[in-house]
Amino acid sequence: MREVAILGVAMTKFGNSERTNMEMFAEAGLEAINNSNIEAKELEALFFGNCLGTFEEGQMHMAAFAHSALGMRMSAPSTRFEGACATATVAVRHAALLVGAGVYDMVIAGGAERTTAMGTPLATRTFAMGCQAQYETPLGITFPGVFGMAAHMYSKKYGIPIKELKRNMAEVSVKNHFHGAKNPKAHFKKEISVEKVLSGAFIADPLQLLDCCPFSDGAAAVVVASADKAKQLVDKPIYIAGTGQAAAGPLYHQQDLTRVIAREVSMKGAYKQAGIGPQDIDVCELHDCFTIAEIMAIESMGFYEFGKGYDAAAKGETRLGGKIVVNPSGGLKSKGHPIGATGAAQVTEIVEQLRGESGSRQVEGAKIGLVDTLGGDFGTVCNIILRS
Amino acid sequence: MNAECTFEEYQKGLAEDKLLGVLCADCNAVTVPPQAVCCKCGSQKLSAKELGKTATLKSYTVIRIAPDGMNPPYIVALAETDDGPWVMGNLVGLDPEKADIELIGKKISISSQEVKGDIYAIGDIRALTFNLQ
Ligand SMILES: [Zn+2]
Repeated sequence: MREVAILGVAMTKFGNSERTNMEMFAEAGLEAINNSNIEAKELEALFFGNCLGTFEEGQMHMAAFAHSALGMRMSAPSTRFEGACATATVAVRHAALLVGAGVYDMVIAGGAERTTAMGTPLATRTFAMGCQAQYETPLGITFPGVFGMAAHMYSKKYGIPIKELKRNMAEVSVKNHFHGAKNPKAHFKKEISVEKVLSGAFIADPLQLLDCCPFSDGAAAVVVASADKAKQLVDKPIYIAGTGQAAAGPLYHQQDLTRVIAREVSMKGAYKQAGIGPQDIDVCELHDCFTIAEIMAIESMGFYEFGKGYDAAAKGETRLGGKIVVNPSGGLKSKGHPIGATGAAQVTEIVEQLRGESGSRQVEGAKIGLVDTLGGDFGTVCNIILRS
Repeated sequence: MNAECTFEEYQKGLAEDKLLGVLCADCNAVTVPPQAVCCKCGSQKLSAKELGKTATLKSYTVIRIAPDGMNPPYIVALAETDDGPWVMGNLVGLDPEKADIELIGKKISISSQEVKGDIYAIGDIRALTFNLQ
């Protein structure tokens, strides 16, 4: 495999949008193209992420229209990716794999999602379609419910009283809002307190409202090219050092919900390809769809031993200035979570961090960054390691 | 395609208060609900197997914001059957407001109830229910 790099990156502001998926994707895509000092006609393929367009806008087959919205050549194929919340990361990874394999020299990857137009009941129903349709969904399980079960299991397994665990989970939310308040693109650009998290409405026990990321609208895109080509076009290409991806079946087969086995497998592959370990990561954007999810992730990535990551946020170790900065963008919690775009927005944040372009949320001297995205009830995990 | 026990047969089994799965001839693991390969080793050498209906509760949540068509609050739980495989079900017969972490480790018995399918589902489905023993 030849070396692959990222050129321009871009994301829309996340939040509630009146604009269509195509309008949002065109904004992010064209900005990424312009930032790459190229024209859309030079791109050889589009790797497009979207999950719920059918329900959001009555639009299936969005990839072909996204291609047209960017003004790409007819001979450049466009393919839709869907891996629940990990959708866009999977799209970026496959773009990198095909460029690495020499099939293409330069392509664009990303995604768009417009969840808020559906309203909470339909959005919750369609998100639940990411669980197993015959054996999980009929029980009325939701993603907050899945992570609620994980939190209870974590409490029991490691002997951490639920009250203590919840306080530490709240610290994750507070930390990510602290970061997100510095991000002009964030859905919720505001700081919150532990007390506020702990006084929110219960969504799925033990998770309360501010343990949960929002439904958001938004789009993000990244241009991916061979390293040789990237060096000719931009000052600071960011290299894809390693990627990983793994799949797992229904939760009742996964059993121990405190360990996302697919993540452990995916991370092992990404670290191996990059030739590095957890101690080498300077900055990480990971899948904090729920507060407990961030705790589980930093353990699976090897930043903490299993059962020891729960108080990392409370100790300030994952905050700006801490030993491993996690979700400087604000994460899914504060930045927002338009599921088909999230992974490309995580890549956007890491690329900007490694270029030193992140302003007041810059992780000083960051050279190696990690992207982590989890889809469904732990069914898909995709990781990308980037270096400057 | 292995058809030792289809989805339809599994559903019919539940209606007759039977929990059906498949037994692996290679590694002896039980897979439930049934599928064409063993969930542990991938073997296709399977035979139908009726499981016992007792299990141990491993985790739970109380759903308070529910998908369209459901009536919260209700409890969703994971349980480890005495035969080995884990199953997901609704813990019924307990006020969701009384659910707490002490539920984990409790013995339950497995039954089922019919859940009306909405326009997206393949139809009405019998889903597992758990009762504390
Ligand atoms: Zn087997």
